Amino acid sequence: MTDYNFAYLDEQTKRMIRRAILKGLAIPGYQVPFASREMPMPYGWGTGGVQVSAAVLTPDDTFKVIDQGADDTTNAVSIRRFFEKTAGVAVTEATVDASVIQTRHRIPEQDLRSDQILVYQVPIPEPLRFLEPSEVETRKMHSLEEYGLMHVKLYEDISQHGAIATAYAYPVKVEGRYVMDPSPIPKFDNPKLNMAGIQLFGAGREQRIYAVPPYTDVVSLDFDDYPFEASKADHACDLCGAEDSYLDELIVDDAGGRMFMCSDTDYCAGRRKAGCIGAQGVPYQEDVA
Amino acid sequence: MQTTTLMGGFVNAPLDSARAFRQIMTAVAQPGIINDAVGATPPAPLSVAAGVVLLTLCDPDTPVFLTAEFDTDDVRAWITFHTGAPLVDAAKASFAVGSWGDLPITDFAIGTSEYPDRSATLIVEVASLNPEGAELRGPGIKGKATLSLPETAAFQQNTALFPLGLDFVFTCQNRLAALPRTTKVNAIKVS
Ligand SMILES: [Zn+2]
Repeated sequence: MTDYNFAYLDEQTKRMIRRAILKGLAIPGYQVPFASREMPMPYGWGTGGVQVSAAVLTPDDTFKVIDQGADDTTNAVSIRRFFEKTAGVAVTEATVDASVIQTRHRIPEQDLRSDQILVYQVPIPEPLRFLEPSEVETRKMHSLEEYGLMHVKLYEDISQHGAIATAYAYPVKVEGRYVMDPSPIPKFDNPKLNMAGIQLFGAGREQRIYAVPPYTDVVSLDFDDYPFEASKADHACDLCGAEDSYLDELIVDDAGGRMFMCSDTDYCAGRRKAGCIGAQGVPYQEDVA
Repeated sequence: MQTTTLMGGFVNAPLDSARAFRQIMTAVAQPGIINDAVGATPPAPLSVAAGVVLLTLCDPDTPVFLTAEFDTDDVRAWITFHTGAPLVDAAKASFAVGSWGDLPITDFAIGTSEYPDRSATLIVEVASLNPEGAELRGPGIKGKATLSLPETAAFQQNTALFPLGLDFVFTCQNRLAALPRTTKVNAIKVS
């Protein structure tokens, strides 16, 4: 006997979350309310994503957790260990080997397959929240497809900055119906929301679950004269030389020297293993244990 | 209480239901695919797959409607014992079990414009389930898929209600497929 339930949550809670996931998949982009449970970690640690993972995982899964693209942050390591212990899953850092990936703020660079599931940790699920604080009102706006305010906000960006300044959590329209917050991923990742994998979004504090099935039409909101652009730093990765990946910028010394590197650490390592070297990179060597 | 009532549940509920849910979820996420559903042995006329779906998703919070064919003492007792789900009229049901022609599809909850999720899921017992027949398009489907459906008109009408509507799980022996409200259905003309 173990001291905890499989995947931590009790069966009735998992059933409730599972039903919400199915409704989310049936109504892509619509935020399904659910009764969030206390998890043995603070809200900022992605308790919504953790609850969705708990409802989805089986002991046959191989689980990966990324935090801003990295597998080795405290947050990612804790969540990975949590499910290793409570659900008996295998764990991996390799995107291609994972059957379920929980993520905070990134979509892996490697295209996902139809047998992979991506679980997002979501802080604020309501894309209209910063325009309208009332839940009653935003629910009404979604029901009436009243998304004019969102376009006004984006257009104000253009008139003030000459471009849409929103760089993260850039709103999308799902299957021509619901406007959805893709969680605070960089807008560089938005085109990847059209994928073969199953995407599930969990917001713990706000008690919402939503979903995007595979091959679902996800469009970033834009204007004919200001089309959406999936921008990134105009640079190549200094470690692996990738020009197609999302980059983090690091100040590396007191003289203000900087370095760009792939935010997706597995992608970068994979390229370096394959022999790719960036401007400040060195040939890849396996970590000495 | 008959012995059949006590039997036929999941042997290891947490693991069996986790595996069963994956089969149900991937079927809903990819309409047209047919998945195995095993681990339950419900009383006839319930199929194994219908039993698995009930055990995985139903509990005291989800009222269940049974058509006359399935509304037997054995089935009622089994559902009540293993899930605790109340058995109710179609209008109040979160889930329903029946053969296609018997389900009163206009009586079920289709959700509200503000809460389209407050809608029923129908478990439709079918005599055969094959990847051929009606043509399916929509979310979860790369291009198109095909699935044997009992008819097409009712599903077209249901899709027209989107974002409201019913969601369907088709069960046949130990296999299942799903048709969420997003799937656009077209009959393939036989030449
Ligand atoms: Zn790199």
